[in-house]
Amino acid sequence: MNKEKKPSGIMSKLAGAGTAIANFFKWLGSDLKDIGATFVKGDWKTKISFLIMGFGSIMRGQLLRGAALLAIEVGYIYYFINFGWDYLKDITTLGTKGKGFNPDGTISYGDNSFLILLYGLLTIILFIVLLFVWRLNIRQNKDAEAALKAGKKLPTIKQDFMSLFDENFDKTLLALPVFGIFVFSVLPIIFMICVAFTNYDYNHQAPAKLFTWVGLENFKNLFSFAETGFGGTFVTVLIWTLVWAFFATFLNYFLGMGVAMLINKKGIKFKKMWRTILVMTIAVPQFVSLLYVGKMFAQDGLINGYLMKWGIIERALPFWTDPTWARVLVIILNLWVGIPYVMLVCTGLLMNIPADLYESARIDGANGWQMFRKITLPYMLFVTGPYLLTQFTGNLNNFNVIFLLNQGGPKSMDLIGGAGYTDLLVTWLYKMTFNDTNYKMTAVIGIMVFVVTAGISLVVYNILPSVKDEEGFQ
Amino acid sequence: MRLKAKISNFFTYILLIIISIVWLTPFVCLALQSFRSYILEPGGMVNYLLPKTFSLDSYKFLFSEECRFVQWYINTVVIAVFVTIISTMVVLCTSYVLSRMRFKGRRALMNLMLVLGMFPGFLTMICLYFLLKQWGLTQAGAIPGLILLGTACSAMGYYVCKGYFDTIPKSLDEAARIDGANRAQVFFIMLLPLSKPIVIYTALVAFMAPWCDYIMASYVAFGHSDSYNVAVAMQRWVWTGDYQGYFTRFCAGGMLVAIPITILFMCLQKYYVEGVTGGAVKG
Repeated sequence: MNKEKKPSGIMSKLAGAGTAIANFFKWLGSDLKDIGATFVKGDWKTKISFLIMGFGSIMRGQLLRGAALLAIEVGYIYYFINFGWDYLKDITTLGTKGKGFNPDGTISYGDNSFLILLYGLLTIILFIVLLFVWRLNIRQNKDAEAALKAGKKLPTIKQDFMSLFDENFDKTLLALPVFGIFVFSVLPIIFMICVAFTNYDYNHQAPAKLFTWVGLENFKNLFSFAETGFGGTFVTVLIWTLVWAFFATFLNYFLGMGVAMLINKKGIKFKKMWRTILVMTIAVPQFVSLLYVGKMFAQDGLINGYLMKWGIIERALPFWTDPTWARVLVIILNLWVGIPYVMLVCTGLLMNIPADLYESARIDGANGWQMFRKITLPYMLFVTGPYLLTQFTGNLNNFNVIFLLNQGGPKSMDLIGGAGYTDLLVTWLYKMTFNDTNYKMTAVIGIMVFVVTAGISLVVYNILPSVKDEEGFQ
Repeated sequence: MRLKAKISNFFTYILLIIISIVWLTPFVCLALQSFRSYILEPGGMVNYLLPKTFSLDSYKFLFSEECRFVQWYINTVVIAVFVTIISTMVVLCTSYVLSRMRFKGRRALMNLMLVLGMFPGFLTMICLYFLLKQWGLTQAGAIPGLILLGTACSAMGYYVCKGYFDTIPKSLDEAARIDGANRAQVFFIMLLPLSKPIVIYTALVAFMAPWCDYIMASYVAFGHSDSYNVAVAMQRWVWTGDYQGYFTRFCAGGMLVAIPITILFMCLQKYYVEGVTGGAVKG
């Protein structure tokens, strides 16, 4: 095996980011040079195309392409004049005119900060898209000129159209999905990142009231440990989120592997039946199963009811009302929904381990535990490394289990923003949007979740053996 | 030696039986409590399981005039069916392109989707709500709105499916293309029929998601009970003050939701396992 030793860890990632930025500027430079060269060397059709997109293509007989490019330009200008500019011009202040009364006594709604920010951003994003299309338009001209000079024929409309099902099939298939992602993911996320730098909350609800930029105020608030600051709560919730994700991932993993090994054991019958029983918790929608199980452990729930009836306890156990009980309980109940997934994943993998490895180990006199530690575990950890990572980040954001079991309770006066002791960052974020309409802090917490997830992924990804060394264990 | 194996298998069976009991108990309890009459034996989770008299009162209530359960059920089925069809197509198309075609910006697109996935989903709730509101897709129009939300970003779940496509040899594509097929034909006529397991897996996962969607559905349909889905409608029976009175009705509704979904899932379990295992190993 011939392995190149690469500088590992974060340093290499940082170095990678550095080269990426350098490459970007290199690319930008050469691209600008190319645009200039196209303009200088191009004929008059190309030159006019710099202003009127698609002009060159239409003049050269590529009507479909030319019309599409022209339509995009006209469409953007129309949008910008009639709609975009109205919002974009106020984006630095997010509106100045509040709700009030017109001189004739009717209500005037004034500016809507929300829409100014949203459509202002949309206008900017669309402008960037337009720039890309413009660049495409210039490259088209250059290529067409070169082709004509070389005596080749330009593709006809029919060929253009058919290419959408062949060499340009990617554009056909990706057009809608990418559009969806831009409108429903990229734009909203950029919007929320911007909201983190405004004072958009219950006192500044659009459309009745204006909100405006406040710089880093909200981030200061997040790390402020004063009476009304979010610092204390944030640290509590963050630490619990990490503890939860750790236990939820690794307990599930090892116990799930254990169950898979039990079922896979030689001589055990009805393997399929055992698996089907476990898989029940995946099949039944979680809002039924988790809500029900959450209620089972309530003060007046089934468990307390039976324990009292049998005289084992006298007073109801504080399953959901004591912070420690609640925390331990969510981790345990999560096993109920988590183990079956791991069991499914491990079952297939366990059977892939070559049987002769165990055979020779047995001849060498190894017992079951030694074989597990020396053969099974290293193999499984190696193969499922990336899976564990996605599980971990998934658990950081495991909304359903926490929220459906006990809505993050028990709540406490010590915690700000309606947080409870089992709240994860995501459930806290949800509560702040839904109950407190404290959008500015929601946005800040959202950014923090991203930072934590991205940070952990980056670090772990770099130390995973299966990423570093793809050949091992084969 | 054989005796030792027998003893160890005996304990394994005992363990498996205990595990099975733990796993099934909540479902059995749910079923039993759904048959308790909310008129004769009121109360939330009473401290006995077997109802004193077997009754279908809770089920009758769900189908009576005063309850819109049928409407909510239909809403959920409609959302689930449309989300399944559209998002399966989106995922398949995206996966095909990312697996088979090399184009400018491919890497960038994949990285973008990876980064976007690291933001918590509910962060953008308020923004999505206002977007939908602009188009009249909230409250009364919540169902098309939820279909839109459920499908718009589904391309981001391409990993498992792309991983599967990657395992189908590219030489098959090339052979077909030499025979004169274009990429669209390769995709629809050759690749899709070979990918039946992953198509079913993708569709199954897409179908199950709307049944659990409480957060977005409650936000988008806020206050308009005709547009509720089952999750939004039924959680009110458990989380509001009158949980005691409505608990058995929640159990009954839960049964009616869980049984068809579970049967469907069990029928397609084979494909689900294939998808989960494949996805986990390739990461």
